[in-house]
Amino acid sequence: MTDSQPAIRLTGLTKEFGAVTAVDHVDLEIAAGEFFSMLGPSGSGKTTVLRLIAGFEQPTAGTIELFGEDVTRRAPFDRDVNTVFQDYALFPHMSVLENVAYGLRVRGIGRRERTQRARAALASVRLEQMGDRKPSQLSGGQRQRVALARATVVQPKVLLLDEPLGALDLKLREQMQVELKQIQRDLGITFIFVTHDQEEALTLSDRIAVFNDGRIQQLGTPADLYEQPGSRFVAGFVGTSNLFDDARSQALLGRGGEHSVRPEKLAVSAEREVGDGVASAPGTVVEVIYLGSGIRIVVDLDAGLRVTALAQNDRRRLRAGDRGDRVFVSWHEADVVALAPAPPAVAGEEADAAASVA
Amino acid sequence: MRLSRPARVTLGVITAIILGVVYVPLLVVLVNSFSTSTALTWPPPGFTLEWWGKAFQSAGALDAVLTSVQVAVISTAIALVLGTLISFALQRFDFFGREAISLLVILPIALPGIITGIALNNFFRTIMGVPLSIWTVVIAHATFCIVTVFNNVIARLRRQGTNLEEASADLGAGVWTTFRLVTFPQLRSALLAGGLLAFALSFDEIIVTTFTAGSGVTTLPIFILNNMFRPNQAPIVSVIAVVLVLVSIIPIYIAQRLSGPADQKR
Repeated sequence: MTDSQPAIRLTGLTKEFGAVTAVDHVDLEIAAGEFFSMLGPSGSGKTTVLRLIAGFEQPTAGTIELFGEDVTRRAPFDRDVNTVFQDYALFPHMSVLENVAYGLRVRGIGRRERTQRARAALASVRLEQMGDRKPSQLSGGQRQRVALARATVVQPKVLLLDEPLGALDLKLREQMQVELKQIQRDLGITFIFVTHDQEEALTLSDRIAVFNDGRIQQLGTPADLYEQPGSRFVAGFVGTSNLFDDARSQALLGRGGEHSVRPEKLAVSAEREVGDGVASAPGTVVEVIYLGSGIRIVVDLDAGLRVTALAQNDRRRLRAGDRGDRVFVSWHEADVVALAPAPPAVAGEEADAAASVA
Repeated sequence: MRLSRPARVTLGVITAIILGVVYVPLLVVLVNSFSTSTALTWPPPGFTLEWWGKAFQSAGALDAVLTSVQVAVISTAIALVLGTLISFALQRFDFFGREAISLLVILPIALPGIITGIALNNFFRTIMGVPLSIWTVVIAHATFCIVTVFNNVIARLRRQGTNLEEASADLGAGVWTTFRLVTFPQLRSALLAGGLLAFALSFDEIIVTTFTAGSGVTTLPIFILNNMFRPNQAPIVSVIAVVLVLVSIIPIYIAQRLSGPADQKR
């Protein structure tokens, strides 16, 4: 194993289920020690890529390399990767300790050593007291940590996580996100994390691949994706965006093409704002939504576009009673992102996906 | 859940009536086994232990029990192996004709016993040229015993999905290790339930048995039927019936206890 090799290299990876192409010529390199997320809506192919890497599915075409070694045709039990499953898949007839020791047991490691190592792994997820219980006697968060201990005790080169936090409630999820990050740093192994939750992906990842229709739409750091979405789909799926189509861009920005502006980059004020690189447009307030930490203001611009602005909850705030007020929406030219033209065939779908997130 | 008092009383009475219909006849058989009357007259004119003593010395009765146990054990064993294999084939693999085979496997339990009996009798004697024996009974019973095992196992496999097996493979276990350590323990209660049902089906089967048993092969149901209306034998039949009831309580009790904790988990 050399550090110069990527942990995972996918080349032309394709998976067809009958007439459906779930994964369409994916090329991807994931560096050793990276926390890498695959983000996308359901049916985007992200989970299939994970299952291909784990070996549960055989690709229709393409290769999978693990630290430079071609593992495309190897069985799951012959690959140095382990999975944390979405529903945890703990063995219900075994105790928690037996579950964690399972990977060591099937490798023929003696009872004493495997018990010792399993106990250490349980301790690392703070469950050392739970070893004798059955999985059914644990809470969701505890099961999740057992699954993590079971997958990491065999020291895989790459850990695959299939929406591991999906079944947990919000508070527990945020707590587990912090723990996952810590565990990944402690173990120093590559994590490949599948999620449909863009916030989770932004929080955890070193890099993110955004999937749609079996292809990677954009690959980059969380900041790259958020600040410079390359397409309409990414702008709508990662965070929310105000999309200016070609005609509106002409009217409001003075140039053609599609553009996107994040809600928090829009300011709403009673007077027209002036300044270097600041542009503004008049409109009417449609809705003011109180969010606690912020306020979401929906404005119909006179140019015929509905935009959403996100304002901090400070003393200048607008109230619900301000509906119907005439205001100016302003933005910095630097915050307007030009989007790559969408391929016409899937433009409709992408607009739907963007709308459902916004 | 709370019920009003009249509702509770009504439901209690209905439950008592239904349980009464099921169990009072069994009590009658129990009483008859101690009756001094040989013709099962009611009420019994007097009580005696004579029939119990005779029953346990009756070579015919003991032989019949032994034959029935043999047939039931062997056909259940065949059903457990074949039923499990066919369940895996139909649930975990996709192949041409899968739906048709699924139907063909279940069909024997729906077919009237008399049809199965005549068909197998014909097949064994005229087509295969095999003389009827205890083995022809075993094969005939296995055809419908497979169905109960198959139904139980495939339902379990379907509900369970392949997640646990994938997890096992992911952790480094080969196909056989996965079967031994994960799949089989998950199937155990389904196999027990299917096996007990198969055993019970075989043990009291009479129609198919009549057509497929060789001369001298007398299973318990055939023995009972033959002796039921013979003078002086009816009380012995009652004794056998009571023993069978007592014996069949044991596996049911075990099955309930074994599946109890598993039910709580779900």
